[in-house]
Amino acid sequence: MKFNVLPLVFILLSNITIAQQPTKTVAIKGGKYIPLYGTDSSVVTVKDFHMDIHPVTHQQYLDFVIANPKWKKNKVTRLFADKGYLMDWTSDTTFSNTISNSPVNTVSWYAAKAYCEYVGKRLPTVDEWEYVAMADETKKDARVDSLYNQKILSSYETPKTYLKQVGKTNKNIWGVYDLHGLVWEWTLDFNSVLISGESRKDVDTDRNLFCAGGAVGAKDLMNYAAFMRYAFRGSLKANFCIKNLGFRCVKD
Amino acid sequence: MRKRLKSTKHMKNYILLLLLVFVLFSCNNTTTDETNTTNNAVEATEEFDEMSIFQLPSTWKTQNNETVEFKDFQGEVLVVVMIYTSCKAACPRLVADMRNIEAKVKSEANQPVKYILVSIDPETDTPERLKAFAIENQMDTEQWVFLQGSDENTREFANILAVKYKEISPIDFSHSNIISIFNQQGVLVHQQEGLGVDNKTTVDKIIELAAP
Repeated sequence: MKFNVLPLVFILLSNITIAQQPTKTVAIKGGKYIPLYGTDSSVVTVKDFHMDIHPVTHQQYLDFVIANPKWKKNKVTRLFADKGYLMDWTSDTTFSNTISNSPVNTVSWYAAKAYCEYVGKRLPTVDEWEYVAMADETKKDARVDSLYNQKILSSYETPKTYLKQVGKTNKNIWGVYDLHGLVWEWTLDFNSVLISGESRKDVDTDRNLFCAGGAVGAKDLMNYAAFMRYAFRGSLKANFCIKNLGFRCVKD
Repeated sequence: MRKRLKSTKHMKNYILLLLLVFVLFSCNNTTTDETNTTNNAVEATEEFDEMSIFQLPSTWKTQNNETVEFKDFQGEVLVVVMIYTSCKAACPRLVADMRNIEAKVKSEANQPVKYILVSIDPETDTPERLKAFAIENQMDTEQWVFLQGSDENTREFANILAVKYKEISPIDFSHSNIISIFNQQGVLVHQQEGLGVDNKTTVDKIIELAAP
């Protein structure tokens, strides 16, 4: 028996070393802040949580797909991912080596959510994501810094940033990389942003949010980058798979 | 002491690893059978249309405290709206819209139609509360179904409908007002957006499905 088992142990161990490590997380100390949308009375409290230090990569996503075949490119249900799903993958389990360590993109909200659950985490809420993303290298809230805003906006103008590798740019004060500059990211409650077409005419509880009311309701008009993110989230549907949209996970 | 704990932990891990190897090893013979069953399961779900909500794995509680999944409604036309019972502004009008649609469809349809009201405030809207709401609004007959899910299921379902909502305060939500129609295969075929809009197209669509 021992004779049989030993090679197996060896194979198992070697597999472990090859397998992609889950993304490291860092602790985020909760706090209060006023998000882009809201009045002075709507200070948001974010609880302590842990955030992945970089977005999920193609290689990491591949491990998930292998373990969960229903998320293969050719098997996935259209209800959960549109035709763009894993568009650049050359097959169910292959893609160009050059993107292994780049953020996975063209994945739907359902797919991102399933991935995070698979690794024992979850998607961040909009408030959590924005809370960490307002930091720069030295400040927890850099939103008043025009350079911070300028840098983000210029990254939005740069084409094909989703091909860049994760973890190569400066980390922010929390130790988190790539919140800006590579891909935009799915959030758990992206559908809480009420500035899409239909909400302009019929959302009744917030009368500011009608035809261009989105801008009127914005707290911080200087923060145009954040405005773009909220507008983008408002335009998404959960099965959309988009080139410049990836995700990362968090845990409580 | 700490060190010792650590080493016992290592030991434990090692034993676990060994156990895992044994389990994997002993499973070897049965693996083929298991793959077959999973394949069957996959095939069973593939009978649904690719866009069917009957594929959703989520479970819900009705106003009668029964546990249901969407696939339990196979073969029925579904008219679905998302509301919350403590809502004072839009929901009563949305509920009225639903009742108007139901009244117009009733005499024409010869196949079952279910009117489903999914709560976006599952914490408050317990089955008991939904039941009380149903009675109060004379919607306590079998064509009316009120559903309470988990926060997560609710958000996921809202995403299927592309309904957006946000908690403004513990008793107030802002939300989009959309009535959605699903055919007997669970595929979304029509959405009516807005409050108090002309419901003729919506009614026609339901009748087209329920009285072919």
